[in-house]
Amino acid sequence: MADALVSVVAPLEGVEPAAVQARRPESSRRAAFTVPSFLGLVPFAAYILLFLGLPTAIALFTGFLDGTGSFSLTNIEALADPLILTTFGNSIGLSALTAVIGSVVGAACCYALIGTNPTGLLRSVVDSASGVLAQFGGVMLAFAFVATIGIQGMVTVYLKDSFGIDIFADGVWLYELPGLILPYIYFQVPLMIITFLPALEGLKPQWAEANASLGGSRATYWWRIGIPVLTPSFLGCLLLLFANAFSSFATAAALTSQGSQIVPLQIRSALTSETVLGRENLAGALALGMIVVMVIVMTLYSLLMKRSAKWQR
Amino acid sequence: MSGQAKAFRPEPSALTRWLILGIVGLVFLVPIIAMVEFTLRRGLEGGYDFSRWIAVFSGGLTGEYKGILTALGNSVVLAIVTVIVMLVILVPTMILVQLRFPYLRRAIEFLCLLPITIPAIVLVVGLAPVYSVVAKMFGSGVWTLSFAYGIIVLPFAYRAIQANLQAIDVITLSEAARSLGAGWLTVLLRVLLPNLRRGILSASFISVAVVLGEYTIAALLNRVNLQTALVIVSKSDPFVAVIFALLALVFAFLLLLAIGRVGAPRRKRSSTGASS
Repeated sequence: MADALVSVVAPLEGVEPAAVQARRPESSRRAAFTVPSFLGLVPFAAYILLFLGLPTAIALFTGFLDGTGSFSLTNIEALADPLILTTFGNSIGLSALTAVIGSVVGAACCYALIGTNPTGLLRSVVDSASGVLAQFGGVMLAFAFVATIGIQGMVTVYLKDSFGIDIFADGVWLYELPGLILPYIYFQVPLMIITFLPALEGLKPQWAEANASLGGSRATYWWRIGIPVLTPSFLGCLLLLFANAFSSFATAAALTSQGSQIVPLQIRSALTSETVLGRENLAGALALGMIVVMVIVMTLYSLLMKRSAKWQR
Repeated sequence: MSGQAKAFRPEPSALTRWLILGIVGLVFLVPIIAMVEFTLRRGLEGGYDFSRWIAVFSGGLTGEYKGILTALGNSVVLAIVTVIVMLVILVPTMILVQLRFPYLRRAIEFLCLLPITIPAIVLVVGLAPVYSVVAKMFGSGVWTLSFAYGIIVLPFAYRAIQANLQAIDVITLSEAARSLGAGWLTVLLRVLLPNLRRGILSASFISVAVVLGEYTIAALLNRVNLQTALVIVSKSDPFVAVIFALLALVFAFLLLLAIGRVGAPRRKRSSTGASS
């Protein structure tokens, strides 16, 4: 075996020096390939620049232009308008509420999944169902909730016929802000399962063994080891859920046909009618406001993730 | 021995496990069941039958539902073009960075995960002017939307491919092939891509699922895809819209189930494959 290997490698050494230097070749190889290799990055860079960088820059920049195209701060000042502030407040409140509920329920599901076979049927089904509901539902989740708790929805009718409970006694709230809470939770819980489960699986069995050999109970394990180790991940996932709800548009757009109670819907009306508060380019200012919130949340998220990565080495 | 080791694990008891999963699972099934129930309703006289499903499948799509079929066609075209954009632009770049520019890996990761931070609704504000230029260059065909979709699938596709890239030793594989006289094209097509097929396959599947579910960008750029058509149809015929929504959800579920089966990296096999 060893001889055969040497005989394969040996003749190559003479023929192609580059192969011999394979282990520490950075300097010599880079010199030979720099120009063509670098060109290989151009398509990706150009694509990102044109379809991610440019649109983002335009979205953020138009907020600083007035109707005639000259620089102005009036649209940015409009962010302080009580109507806009209420909308941001609604968005943040809705996102925070559904993120907290979603992360607690999702974490409970993750706990229940500890110790199940990662390639087994249960996990495959849970993973796929979570993926569909968390990321691709959008419009379809709005339909699902119209069919469930719409005026003629299954649950609405059942509650009315069997218990005499009218969930819309105080008016139909499904198509307004409160109506978004249940559909949002419906995609937040699956997202929590997708993002938090890997952290739970990072809990090392040695820690449980150390806990047991030092005389700790199940409660000590969770209280002294599990919860402290998982807290940064949990908070990180909570922030990710917040960001997810905050940037979500499709479900709300399909559910509420009029009114703009949350920021994404306000951007829609600013884009389509351009008469929100009688200003043009307000969409740009709203986009800027959203980006500011998202950047804060996602920066905190990545800091927390770095903190939690400490335990996952 | 193994029984003793098991006692140390922080697993929940079987009762707790199935109680939690059972309750959450049942609650999450309600809206799906409600959708099915909704499509089976027989109209004002009450009762249930399959008439609406039969109507949709027995040539009903040629008549009043033709709009949905066109939109579905558009979404399929978008899915295919998006996957092509992703494969042509992202995959070679990731391989190149892994081979030649390892110090750029962080930067690429940052760029690829950036679309999570920039909501589609924000992106669309800036995409409108970009697309007025794109329309002049490529025409106003629906497929051009794939350029924007390539961006929103980036985080998903990146993760799928990166997981695969990390599991194989790209440098050793390509150097082995090079030392045996293979050109770079051969290395890419006959050595690296076959080794990356799981990651590429799951990146493609997840891109298809994302594109089929996309609404925001299409709606605000006034293009027709499956989701925008469903919203329009739901106003005149909610039953048909719900039927198609159910089918789309089931299809996406099966796609992801397939990823779970195909895309799971099997380290053992790939490492023995690399060393033999």
